[in-house]
Amino acid sequence: MGEDNQGILWEVFLQPKAGRPFKHVGSLHAYDKKMAMTAARDLYTRRGEGKGIWLVKADDIVSSQLEDGEAFFDPSNDKVYRHPTFYSMPDGVKHI
Amino acid sequence: MKKQNLYEYCLQLGDTSFILSHRIAEYCSKAPHLEEDLAITNVGLDLLGQAESFLKYAAEIKDDGTNEDDLAFKRKEKDFRSIHLSEIPNFDFAFILGRQFLMDVYNELLFTQLSNSNDPIINGISKKSIKEIRYHLQRSKDWMIRLGQGTEESNQRIQQALNDLWMYTNELFYNTKVEIELEKEGIAVLSSSLENDWRKKTNEIIIEAALTVPENQHHSMVYGKDGTHTEYLGYLLAEMQHLPLLYPDAKW
Repeated sequence: MGEDNQGILWEVFLQPKAGRPFKHVGSLHAYDKKMAMTAARDLYTRRGEGKGIWLVKADDIVSSQLEDGEAFFDPSNDKVYRHPTFYSMPDGVKHI
Repeated sequence: MKKQNLYEYCLQLGDTSFILSHRIAEYCSKAPHLEEDLAITNVGLDLLGQAESFLKYAAEIKDDGTNEDDLAFKRKEKDFRSIHLSEIPNFDFAFILGRQFLMDVYNELLFTQLSNSNDPIINGISKKSIKEIRYHLQRSKDWMIRLGQGTEESNQRIQQALNDLWMYTNELFYNTKVEIELEKEGIAVLSSSLENDWRKKTNEIIIEAALTVPENQHHSMVYGKDGTHTEYLGYLLAEMQHLPLLYPDAKW
């Protein structure tokens, strides 16, 4: 339980329909998995936004640090050959 | 005669959800935390949607130019058919959840049965509503257990809520004249036929929640289903109907 007495912080991921990737949509507070799931349903799916919900405790997410940004990400900026932009995509391939 | 019965039955089905949705709306912004505030308000909105469907059908049956808004905002107290349990003012979070739990168990039984009604509109509204009601019940059942098995204070508060509300539950199983008539045609469900299952289901969950089932008692000789209401309904309607009566047919 957090110090603010609102429970654990959970991050919410929604899948718009079966087979599609889950996307982060926001967060919520709840005391356990069951309560987190009903809260996610009520907060984030009332207007047909999703067909699937993933919940992750915010504490369990390993995230990169803002101050590491330059060392982590900048070196890829000038290497165009790392992008598959020189291939033409076959017609049948979707969602890329 | 059948038309009048069907009209009254639709009011009976719609009004309890309508009044309960208003009580829940009064609680908006007052729940213990944001997530729960949205969740309980959503339940209220579902109930309002169900009420709207039944009042709309009632207005169609009446067929004199009345619409569902007229039935909601221009009807007199004695013409409402809401049950007493839906009219009692809010007290605390446990009270609101306890009341919702008692109603949800009942609504799940009622609208499951009405999903087989011979009246195609009642049948359709019930099939649509039952999906929402099953979710309401899942939520209120979880909360009963959570509060009952929670702290000493939460257990005491939800027990108090059940004790205070229990006397109003008799009305749930009272058969009105119109439902006795319409049941013969396979349109309505006799309220009394839901009693055994309701007691079984509520007892099961109350015991799982480490709470005590209160003793049955009759609180009233007359019921809201027949148009005789608690003293609270008049005040509720006065507030709810105030604007439409002050500015009739205003548009926004």
